[in-house]
Amino acid sequence: MRLTGARILMECLRAEGVEVFFGYPGGVVLPLYNTLGEYPDIKHVLVRHEQAAAHAADGYARVAGRTGVCLATSGPGATNLVTGITTAYMDSVPMVVLTGNVARDLIGRDGFQEADITGITLPITKHNYLLMRASEIAPAVKEAFHIASTGRKGPVLVDIPKDVFIEEAEWDGYPQGVSLRGYPIMDVPREEEVARAAETINSAKRPIVIAGHGVVQSEAQRELVEFAERSDTPVLTTLLGISGMPEDHELSYGFLGMHGHFYANMAADRADVVIGIGMRFDDRAMGRFSDFNPTAKIVHIDIDPAEIGKNFKTHAPVNGDVKETLSRLLPQIERNTHPEWRSEIDEIMAQHPTDYIEEGTGLGGPWLVRALAEATNGEATIVTGVGQHQMWGAQYYPYTKARQWVTSGGLGTMGYEVPAAMGAQFAQQEPIWSICGDGGFQMTSQELQTVAEHNLPVRFAIFNNGFLGMVRQWQELFYANNYHSVDLGQPDFVKLAEAYGIRGVRATTRAEAMQVFRDLEGYDGPVVIDFQLEREENVWPMVPAGAALSETIESAEDL
Amino acid sequence: MASRNTIVAHVEDRPGVLARVASLFRRRGFNIESLTVGHCEEPGLSRMTIVVDGDDHQVDQVCRQLFKLIDVVSVQDITYAPMVDRELALIKVSASNFNRREVLDVVEMFRADVVDVDADALIVQVLGDEGKVDAAVKMFEQFGILEMVRTGRVAMVRGTETTKPPAISDSQQAAAAIRAMLGRRPEGALPFASD
Repeated sequence: MRLTGARILMECLRAEGVEVFFGYPGGVVLPLYNTLGEYPDIKHVLVRHEQAAAHAADGYARVAGRTGVCLATSGPGATNLVTGITTAYMDSVPMVVLTGNVARDLIGRDGFQEADITGITLPITKHNYLLMRASEIAPAVKEAFHIASTGRKGPVLVDIPKDVFIEEAEWDGYPQGVSLRGYPIMDVPREEEVARAAETINSAKRPIVIAGHGVVQSEAQRELVEFAERSDTPVLTTLLGISGMPEDHELSYGFLGMHGHFYANMAADRADVVIGIGMRFDDRAMGRFSDFNPTAKIVHIDIDPAEIGKNFKTHAPVNGDVKETLSRLLPQIERNTHPEWRSEIDEIMAQHPTDYIEEGTGLGGPWLVRALAEATNGEATIVTGVGQHQMWGAQYYPYTKARQWVTSGGLGTMGYEVPAAMGAQFAQQEPIWSICGDGGFQMTSQELQTVAEHNLPVRFAIFNNGFLGMVRQWQELFYANNYHSVDLGQPDFVKLAEAYGIRGVRATTRAEAMQVFRDLEGYDGPVVIDFQLEREENVWPMVPAGAALSETIESAEDL
Repeated sequence: MASRNTIVAHVEDRPGVLARVASLFRRRGFNIESLTVGHCEEPGLSRMTIVVDGDDHQVDQVCRQLFKLIDVVSVQDITYAPMVDRELALIKVSASNFNRREVLDVVEMFRADVVDVDADALIVQVLGDEGKVDAAVKMFEQFGILEMVRTGRVAMVRGTETTKPPAISDSQQAAAAIRAMLGRRPEGALPFASD
């Protein structure tokens, strides 16, 4: 059967089981939009800016555990995706990004709305394609989904010139497999590596696990818990590893890093064996590399061989998928107990609890997250932007289910919170709670229109302190209170919501906030909540930039 | 210890592959001395010889990051393997009736070839390892070098051993072969053990 390139692309998406994708039309993708009506089972969500299409696909992917798909036209449409693609790349989120390009005979001649998007995205995609024939579409899309969703996951871009959408090619079904010689699946670890890791773990006196995004992505929460229980190893997570370990478990000791829990940072610093699982020893998590626990032996389990040994010398490297590796490692792990080590951490925790909640009636970040946790019974899916509200969201909400926590970790993309929450809402019925900064919210609030059109029950909880809070905190602590460009003017967020036909509410006291949570129970439409926070609250604890985890401070007096 | 290391990579012969490799080197800040690309024994694949400055850790990272590129089929660090390496240089040397004989003496000393002659210049072709080419260049400098081009290093492991990429019939086998390649540093298959 001969089909146009546009139809072949849609047949491929159908064969991949894509139920929703996020896009924005434009000149060169018109042949594709011309066929969308024939594929009603593949929901196209019209965003209001292409950046939002990428973040929405990313948010959907993280919550659904499936590959997110977004689409943009050539030139500015494609370049607007770049921040969203980079966000997904840094956090290893599976995404297939589709772009149109100018017709083949115009490529390289600076045609109207031409951008070299495959060139631009070389360093921010796992792989990308520029397709010059309609017959290349099916195999390339098959490969793109395969590459995006296997190994260390990530975004793959497929760029299709306008006339390739129109050109016809033979369609004889979606390809069954891929033939990628340079891309073997490295899920299964080598036996000798597993054995060496087991030996190191079994002889540890003060072991600690640092669990990363890989645990969530590999769906290895159960295996992780079993590993921790069997070896009696306290578990920390990275920022992105949050929700990979149920936080109500007695071996869960929170997350580590620049604004991680005090006791988590101390535990990582005092362990004799550090077991990194599906994480990459990032600088924000580990503090100053040269002074991170220099005597610890490092066991590192990761799917990406390039991550092993990148930042730290590794005593026992294991290259493999987290779930595969843990299930092979478990039988070799001896039942063990470390009561002294556990009580040492428990004591630090008792002395330095994460409880920096101020007395009073005003709204503070930590108080508000805890109140949200109570109101949602700790079961909500939380999406955040980047900054103080993100850190409070990470510190004070008790995450127990994998994929319950969605945040831009590696790139730290402000404005992520609105479109990512919107996309995530397509993956579940229960309302998504988007913890927004008042700065980030203003970067992407145009998507309220998309949210309104689809009547998505997202709760946009703006942690509104009228400041670019984290930057203000740094200016206060490290730049002698010299505030510059951090006092953010803003519209009336309640009226803004109402302008989009969305329910808008405001709370300025703790009592009002509690009332808002009660009022929203059972409401199935979108809501924007303007939580007016005290203006100059700081996030504690903190590892100052360039300091070691052992130098974590708990107030400005410690500086 | 920083030194010049030799890496052999096989890549799919597709448009844009060189750009991907170059983009990776630039982004990661790898210091590349030379990079040569050409056909190899297998149609559809190109062979790259990359000379990179750096210590063992940096070179290991180069190999691992390179292999992450989908179009890179194999990567091997052959620095510590017994190998043959060669470079070709074309050197345009200033030479007139007064000193041509002297120039030719040097050509002979290096077992080089004269591949073009003009009244006031010669083009000399020098073939050898980099040390030999360096030495030849130094000697020709006394006559005046008008122009020069060097190809950069190409290399091959001695004996029956090859750097051929594994076939992909079995994904597990391919993974094992790749892991063996990525672990070919002197400290053995387990890289960077702290003890």
